[in-house]
Amino acid sequence: MRVPLDWLAEYVAVPTDATGVDVAASLVSVGLEEEAIHGSGVTGPLVVGRVLSLVAEPQKNGKTVNWCQVDVGEAGGTGEPQGIVCGAHNFGEGDLVPVILPGGVLTTPQGPMEVSARKTYGHVSAGMICSERELGLGDDHDGIIVLTRRFAGDVEALSRCVPGADAVPILGLDRETVEVNVTPDRGYCFSVRGIAREYSHAIGARFTDPVTALAARVPPPSASAYPVELADDAPIRGRAGCGRFGARVVRGLDVTAPSPGWLRARLVEAGMRPISLAVDVTNYVMLGLGQPLHAYDLATLGERIVVRRARPGERLTTLDDADRALHPEDLLITDGGETPIGLAGVMGGASTEVSDRTTDLLLEAAHFDAVTVARTARRHKLPSEASRRFERGVDPQLAQAALQLAVELLVEYGGGVPGDEVTDVGSALPPEPIAMSAAFPARIVGVAYDTATVVDVLTRIGCDVAADGDALSVTPPSWRPDLRTAEDLVEEVARIHGYERIPSVLPTPPGGSGLTHAQRVRRTVADLLAAQGLAEVWEAPFVGADRLTDLGLDVAAETARTVRIANPLSDEQPYMRTSLLSTMVDALRRNVSRGARDVGLFEVGLVTALDGPQSTAPTEEVGVRPADDVLARIRAAVPGQPRHVAVLLAGERDRAGWWGDGRRADLGDVLELVDAVAQALAVEVVVAPDTVMPWHPGRCARVSLPDGTVLGHVGELHPKVVAALGLPARTVGGELDLDALTVAAEPTVHARTLATYPLAQSDVALVVDAGVPAAEVRRSLVAGGGALLESVQLFDVYVGDQLGEGKKSLAYRLAFRSPDRTMTTDEVSAMRDAAVAAAAQDHGALQRS
Amino acid sequence: MSGPNTSYDPVEVAALDPQAVDAAAEAALTAAAAATSLEELKAARGAHQGDRSPLALANREIGALPPSAKAEAGKRVGQARGRVSQAFAARQAELEAERDERILVEEAVDVTLPTGRRPMGRRHPVELMSQRIADLFVGMGWEIAEGPEIEAEWFNFDALNFDVDHPARQMQDTFYVDPPDGGLVLRTHTSPVQARTLLDRGVPVYVAVIGRVFRTDELDATHMPAFHQVEGIAVDEGITMAHLKGTLDRLATELFGEGITTRLRPSYFPFTEPSAEMDLRCFVCRGEDPDCRACKGMGWIEWGGCGMVNRNVLTACGVDPERYTGFAFGMGIDRALMFRTGVSDMRDMIEGDVRFDAQFGMEI
Repeated sequence: MRVPLDWLAEYVAVPTDATGVDVAASLVSVGLEEEAIHGSGVTGPLVVGRVLSLVAEPQKNGKTVNWCQVDVGEAGGTGEPQGIVCGAHNFGEGDLVPVILPGGVLTTPQGPMEVSARKTYGHVSAGMICSERELGLGDDHDGIIVLTRRFAGDVEALSRCVPGADAVPILGLDRETVEVNVTPDRGYCFSVRGIAREYSHAIGARFTDPVTALAARVPPPSASAYPVELADDAPIRGRAGCGRFGARVVRGLDVTAPSPGWLRARLVEAGMRPISLAVDVTNYVMLGLGQPLHAYDLATLGERIVVRRARPGERLTTLDDADRALHPEDLLITDGGETPIGLAGVMGGASTEVSDRTTDLLLEAAHFDAVTVARTARRHKLPSEASRRFERGVDPQLAQAALQLAVELLVEYGGGVPGDEVTDVGSALPPEPIAMSAAFPARIVGVAYDTATVVDVLTRIGCDVAADGDALSVTPPSWRPDLRTAEDLVEEVARIHGYERIPSVLPTPPGGSGLTHAQRVRRTVADLLAAQGLAEVWEAPFVGADRLTDLGLDVAAETARTVRIANPLSDEQPYMRTSLLSTMVDALRRNVSRGARDVGLFEVGLVTALDGPQSTAPTEEVGVRPADDVLARIRAAVPGQPRHVAVLLAGERDRAGWWGDGRRADLGDVLELVDAVAQALAVEVVVAPDTVMPWHPGRCARVSLPDGTVLGHVGELHPKVVAALGLPARTVGGELDLDALTVAAEPTVHARTLATYPLAQSDVALVVDAGVPAAEVRRSLVAGGGALLESVQLFDVYVGDQLGEGKKSLAYRLAFRSPDRTMTTDEVSAMRDAAVAAAAQDHGALQRS
Repeated sequence: MSGPNTSYDPVEVAALDPQAVDAAAEAALTAAAAATSLEELKAARGAHQGDRSPLALANREIGALPPSAKAEAGKRVGQARGRVSQAFAARQAELEAERDERILVEEAVDVTLPTGRRPMGRRHPVELMSQRIADLFVGMGWEIAEGPEIEAEWFNFDALNFDVDHPARQMQDTFYVDPPDGGLVLRTHTSPVQARTLLDRGVPVYVAVIGRVFRTDELDATHMPAFHQVEGIAVDEGITMAHLKGTLDRLATELFGEGITTRLRPSYFPFTEPSAEMDLRCFVCRGEDPDCRACKGMGWIEWGGCGMVNRNVLTACGVDPERYTGFAFGMGIDRALMFRTGVSDMRDMIEGDVRFDAQFGMEI
């Protein structure tokens, strides 16, 4: 909401020396956040000039320009008249006009423009005679501003219009406008009236409600009132769409009469475009008082207006010339009950629009229900100045005063006559009194407000307070529909008394139990991966089908496991990711494209893992605890979102340098990381070969828990994936379910007593088929080696002609230790032989001699 | 070892001449001192202490002497050999020490050569910031909770008193899960965990929630479609707005240092009443520069929303609002990181460029 300061000062006693910054600071203290402070941007010399002579000079391009001699007093520096070229023709000799001289600055859509003396149309023009648009005072650029006309009747202003006088204050270009952000509960602050009231609360200045004087002039409803029928047979959520409908008539109006300059200036300052007298007046009243108005061409209306819900199949062409299919929830203004002529509180219809030929107006000021208006505005994507206000609550007692102001302005500036018709149908429900203990604000805020303070504050904001000892009955004013509970009143007490007076006190919780196991595990894993040389990244979790395809995944299967965003930022990326890797590859590519060659990344984050078809989550009215079964359905509808950990490595794992060659990251590096994580969490993991995308079929491992729970896969990316995504060749990575690892890491480790008897080692070389995984051979050795086998270390892998085609040799060092004695050589040999026998039996392993 | 001499031969015993023994000893001492390396010393030792050396020969002659002469000759030769042996040992130690010294000198390396066989990785600073905030709350006796990112509308809106028709519900720039009437959204704030916490844990409760949230903002220098919040909720008997201010002041001091100025400004959120915004005095201009880019000349930087938990939220979560009161707040962690470390472009936080993480240590 933009609040021109001089308009504000009309309703509240703004100190004369208060700047925009001061006013904004005061408004912040009562909850109106400063957005910006606007000035005209025009700086002088901008002076009043009198046109002494004017010579029309036709040009070759068909235009005619005026070569003017303009008296600018002493402002030109010499006291001599200045020669200025002007293309406008709406002025003549003797007129007073605003002249910007060299050195002055105008604002243009392209930014500030400094005016200089320049040669044009064969003359040196010593400045410009300005139009409204050039000065940011309006859209009119057909003619220049003629001050004598602009201030016709304004003796005080005219008396200041002497050649050479500074025109900046005369035209109000020194005025400031404060823009504040209005929170959605404060509908009344979408008006200068509302802001003025808040300003008076902030600094204690006297507030003069413009409505008081207007209301006193409102004629009583007349028998000849224009008939309006409220016929809402389908209220939404029990709330009638229109509670109150006021209307007035003005006849014999010259709608082409210009709006007065001051009014146009205020509209521009408030951020609206002046359009025509009828539109400008309705906008002015809305901005000033907060009541949206609508003007109909009376000649286009029939006998009466009926307000009702739309019928199936009905259509309406709105003022923006859009033909709209109406919804049965839309509240309509209709002509005689049949023809729709407006979307209530949102936008009027084209058929009854005021045109240049209009002479008689019907003005509407109604109170429409917030929900009805909000839904219609949303449904038709038509957020308007009116709907914005109705959605946030308009004072239901305001309509007649607003109509009165509009009628008075139209009569004054359009030359019309007020009609006898004064319509006021319906009745707004009086606000419900709120019961509150006077001690309640202190209990909530922690400031010891006494009863007098509480009553004083509530009275100042317009409430009617009845006190019975400590028990207060507080009736909010009509413009505060947001005040419904005792807590709402507490906020009023706190903010008017001042949030800055709330002390700072630390609460004393009973004591917690620290981070959870899962939170500690997460830190351990992330810290460990960082210590292993990987950089932590995160991305937005959105992917598209093309990414799934590039990863070689089954798009149908993947999308069945996730959800789709109805309104994605990019239609190309509508799905929630099912793996971290599907978005991490972007980070890898970005690093590579920015010049990095050796990159190690990790991410810890959530993925979507829908377990079965997506179900609908019920919703509920606010303030209601859902029944247990409903709550259970709400919870169950939320898709599973396990936390994963993923790594990606490209380029060299051990870097080349002055010390020698580097070593490219390979699958072994990823397995090392898996092992490091497993060891850090004291979890045993089982690694087995597997063939799943996006991994190289011969370089992919499945990582599981001993109970068979699959944690995830690691591997080298499939060459096709690498090519499709433009990743560095031989990129390796992996992704594990961190939640499953966390659960596995739950049990407490039971420490063993360390055996101190000598270690007995024995080496064996086993020849097996090349396809037998080393981990399988190891498992057999462990199983066969018995309880005293302390460790098994694979220290050599050999493939060569001596072994024969398709064979490999695995050399293991077996280490045995007894907890209670030194073992004999024969004992150790027997255990080694048992281990080898198990490998022989399971895998046909032959011991090399 | 020679046996007792039975056939005395006066010629053979010339070696035992005292002068000759002294001369041999002197020669040996000279040779030991003259050796400049362990190799030379070894050679000299062979010549002067070896089996064929004059003193060894003299020693061998002693047995041939008449018993009356044996004692004197033995003493003389023994003393001479002792002196020589000592001299060689001393010289040996000297030369070994010199050699050791030299080896250490030779083994010197250029300690300024670069490292980097395996560069250190990093945590993401947003995560470090999150941890730091978690630790602060844990230190104050709070617990840390989490919740899902794809969330039921009921938790994200209804439970938090966002009426389905209230403009506030439209202001959140929400990502809706398809179908739009399926009741699922990407959580727009960490506040749904308030409701989960109240339902799951009951009261009293002091819980901070740290996590990722989503809004339909295109990525640019000041907006990210995904970002991070810390949410706090405390519900207990006797909780007031003063406790809210105390807790946020503590958080501000922890994150931005002693002396940070804060203010509570009246505001509106459906799930709190009274509601407030917490502002921080501009770090850059301290409110002194009308052209300051950090605060846009306002002097204050908006940090987050907060307030007293709305009774409708308590009711929706089965908590008796007549007995319990509570406060809640939600602050942007990414913004806090920007304020604290001067990150000027939010894209750097989300794009995963390792150079971003590398600017920070593992503590923040």
